[in-house]
Amino acid sequence: MPNNFQMPDLMPALPEIFLLTMACVILLADLFFRDENRVFTYLLSLATLAITAALTVTMHSDVPVYTFDGSFVSDTMGDVLKVFVYLVTAVVFIYSRDYLLNRNIFKGEYFVLGLFAVLGMMVLISAHSLLTIYLGLELLSLALYAMVAFHRDNSDATEAAMKYFVLGALASGMLLYGMSLLYGITGTLDIGGVQGAVADLEDSKKLVLGLGLVMVIVGMAFKLGAVPFHMWIPDVYHGAPTAVTLFIGTAPKMAAFAMVMRLLVEGLGDMHAQWQDILIIMAVLSMAVGNIIAIAQGNIKRMLAYSTISHVGFLLLGILAGTQAGYSGAMFYAIVYALMGMGGFGMIILLSRAGFEADKLDDFKGLNERSPWFAFIMMILMFSMAGVPPALGFYAKFAVLQAVVDSGLTWLAVVAVIFSIIGAFYYLRIVKLMYFDKAEDSLPLETSTDMKVVLSANGLGILLLGLAPGSLLALCTAAIG
Amino acid sequence: MSADLPLLSLVIWAPIIGGVLVLLASKPEQAQLAKMIALTASVITFLLTIPLYTGFDLSTYQMQFVENSTWIPTFNINYHLGVDGISMPLILLTAFTTVLVVIAGWEVIKYKMAQYMAAFLIMDGLMIGVFAALDSVLFYVFWEAMLIPMFLIIGIWGGERRVYATIKFFLYTFLGSVFMLVALIYMYSQSGSFGILDMQAMKLDMSEQTLIFLAFLIAFAVKVPMWPVHTWLPDAHVEAPTGGSVILAAIMLKMGTYGFVRFSMPIAPDASQSLDWLMITLSLIAVVYIAFVALVQKDMKKLIAYSSISHMGFVTLGFFVVYTIIENTGSVQGAAMGIEGALVQMISHGFISGAMFLCIGVMYDRMHSRLIADYGGVVNTMPIFGAFLVFFAMANAGLPGTSGFVGEFLVILSSFKANFWIAFLAATTLIFGAAYTLWMVKRVVFGDVANEKVARLKDLNNREFFILGTLGVAVLLLGLWPAPLLDVMHATVNHLVEQITQSKL
Repeated sequence: MPNNFQMPDLMPALPEIFLLTMACVILLADLFFRDENRVFTYLLSLATLAITAALTVTMHSDVPVYTFDGSFVSDTMGDVLKVFVYLVTAVVFIYSRDYLLNRNIFKGEYFVLGLFAVLGMMVLISAHSLLTIYLGLELLSLALYAMVAFHRDNSDATEAAMKYFVLGALASGMLLYGMSLLYGITGTLDIGGVQGAVADLEDSKKLVLGLGLVMVIVGMAFKLGAVPFHMWIPDVYHGAPTAVTLFIGTAPKMAAFAMVMRLLVEGLGDMHAQWQDILIIMAVLSMAVGNIIAIAQGNIKRMLAYSTISHVGFLLLGILAGTQAGYSGAMFYAIVYALMGMGGFGMIILLSRAGFEADKLDDFKGLNERSPWFAFIMMILMFSMAGVPPALGFYAKFAVLQAVVDSGLTWLAVVAVIFSIIGAFYYLRIVKLMYFDKAEDSLPLETSTDMKVVLSANGLGILLLGLAPGSLLALCTAAIG
Repeated sequence: MSADLPLLSLVIWAPIIGGVLVLLASKPEQAQLAKMIALTASVITFLLTIPLYTGFDLSTYQMQFVENSTWIPTFNINYHLGVDGISMPLILLTAFTTVLVVIAGWEVIKYKMAQYMAAFLIMDGLMIGVFAALDSVLFYVFWEAMLIPMFLIIGIWGGERRVYATIKFFLYTFLGSVFMLVALIYMYSQSGSFGILDMQAMKLDMSEQTLIFLAFLIAFAVKVPMWPVHTWLPDAHVEAPTGGSVILAAIMLKMGTYGFVRFSMPIAPDASQSLDWLMITLSLIAVVYIAFVALVQKDMKKLIAYSSISHMGFVTLGFFVVYTIIENTGSVQGAAMGIEGALVQMISHGFISGAMFLCIGVMYDRMHSRLIADYGGVVNTMPIFGAFLVFFAMANAGLPGTSGFVGEFLVILSSFKANFWIAFLAATTLIFGAAYTLWMVKRVVFGDVANEKVARLKDLNNREFFILGTLGVAVLLLGLWPAPLLDVMHATVNHLVEQITQSKL
């Protein structure tokens, strides 16, 4: 029997391979650490992320490199997103440490599962065939399900994990069904192949293709959290330990953006006219539901969950514009959102302490009295999410709106800004609580210095990048172009 | 004047950096230090604006002190600054008012002194940025960013209903400006430039112009504020601390009217012409109806707030009456006179309304009441203050010899060339304005000492005397000798009239 097997070029996937190896090493090594030495797991995980980042940057090539028979691609968009995923994850680990320690859940599993989730995101970002997309997505999702349930004795967390798992599995099923229809009609799993086959498909098969498209969009909308597939977001964000919410709410959004880019834009780009209408409806609904329901929330984790939904609506605006500028705007939005969300949930962790979750809006009362500096940081984050310049969030909205207007959908831009005014109200309310109300809680903030430093850098970064957003915008433009 | 010195950047960033420095002295025991830094920064900023006036070239309408460098290349957005005869006086006014506001807060503010001063200094820089920006996105960034310090000023140091007032203020203005943002983005997608001057030059058809004009109208009408979107202003004024009211009345309202001459009219001249009836109607409603509303106020701050709306109606009237003048008489001079009158009114109202709010602040600091009914016979215990209040009230009513007269007179005079009835209605303000202001003065200042509290009042201290005295000089100077201000405007206004009467179709 002739041996046709050819060893694929492993180099483009080196960061993934390294991360996988390290995740396994940490998993094993963690067994031998005693609880008081657990901090080594934490440090090893951070080191792993740093080295993986270094590998990604050094391995980067300006032209896309395909390997594993075209089912894996390493390109600029992927590398930029991956570097931000590492960055966000590292910050998430730093923010989480005290939180986990205070609740006696500072276990190696948190970091190992986190690293596996990162691996899932990396695969998803670099996926170039239907199968790889699914593989990456499931790896990510399974790790996240486990992380939500990680605080085993907490019934809220367990319930959230169950909801997340059941709904997530359903969505994965939808996505897989859609993919099987695409495969059936095009006869290929390769994204490039799908694109080619769709372009010269005869009309009689368009119906099946349309069905596949809808299924795929449902799956993706669920993962992104777009209305009407958003139901899991508030419950999971609320129920999960804040350290996990912090993670779910940030890095995976960037990976989900990459999934949409690969599958919808690259693979099914020829059907733009069809999916544009679907995305318009989902975007408008997401902005409406997210911004309006957020007003009624008394729990800040739920409020930020609805705020996420509205941000997803904005992100979809960029994608549905269907232009290079729109895609890079959406990518910019995804990155900026991850940075803002990281800070927002980080603030909740900062205010929490052993036996106390600062997840009520009222816990932010009078923060300006207790800590003017962190009140200021939170204020920047809130104005950024509301889209008020000079914070970075404004430019994200600006880039997306510009793309929408450019593609002739000015009315949609008007709808979007109206909802962002409604949204401004609940962000302002946080500022109001911090600055205009008297503190009910007078205990000093007790957190380690490294978290304070990183959180300060996080908030100030949002402001300073807002004063000079040119380079980050240019990076996103280059990544898409 | 050295052309190399980035004067406008200095004027924008000096107070902002000063504000950050003030925050470093945020411990309660460092309040004195914070005040000193704030005063130094605001005075330096004001001194830096003086070369803008002395080095100003009167003969050209072109932008001066221009700075232009790339800011966000992806969208062709530039850090483009420059001033002409319209914006330069407003920048001086802003820097000048901020100095007074810093001094006015000296002993009055007890809570978080450093944050208070920092908010005003940062706002100073942002407001100057609004007037100096020649790139529309840069303009928008300054325009919106300015809301943040004002939101905090009203919310932290304001009166009882401050939270309601400040959120209303923020959402109203935010609502207005996002439509402007969409209009700006639309023009960018048509012309590929965010430069204000490029937008003024670009071709737009009538329906585009109308929509753009309306989008700008929402943004600027809220800021001016014009009837019927004026309701945030009385609330914000009443609840804001004295310094906040002064900045609101003296500077922030001017941004709305500035927007009309910088954006709406040059960018959409044909729409401005076809919709001038709307603008004139809204302006006259503000002038006449709001004056009646002012007449019945029981709260002094509210009264002055409504008086501000009424006076700003004059400014918008002066702008939009231009088209009728040209149609009726063909006189470019007459049209220019209307606009110049409106611009003088903007500066003059900055002084007068600022002074009125400071006067009320002086009384409030002593009595902790803004109600007219709680006062009476103040002149018996505060004679010097009484004199100032009467003087500024006269100026507010448009007494000849004060700056209030110049602007109103020029606008009324040019309105006569347009239409008798417009001028007639506008001129009623001289009566109503006098009525509500002087009636308030009568009830507060004159008569017998009303109660125990008034009997115990102490007259102005040196600090207060300095502030009111400076403003008094400014009001008189501008009233008796407005030529230096008018000279600065001539070239720019003539060019503006040419620009806004030239069809883009």
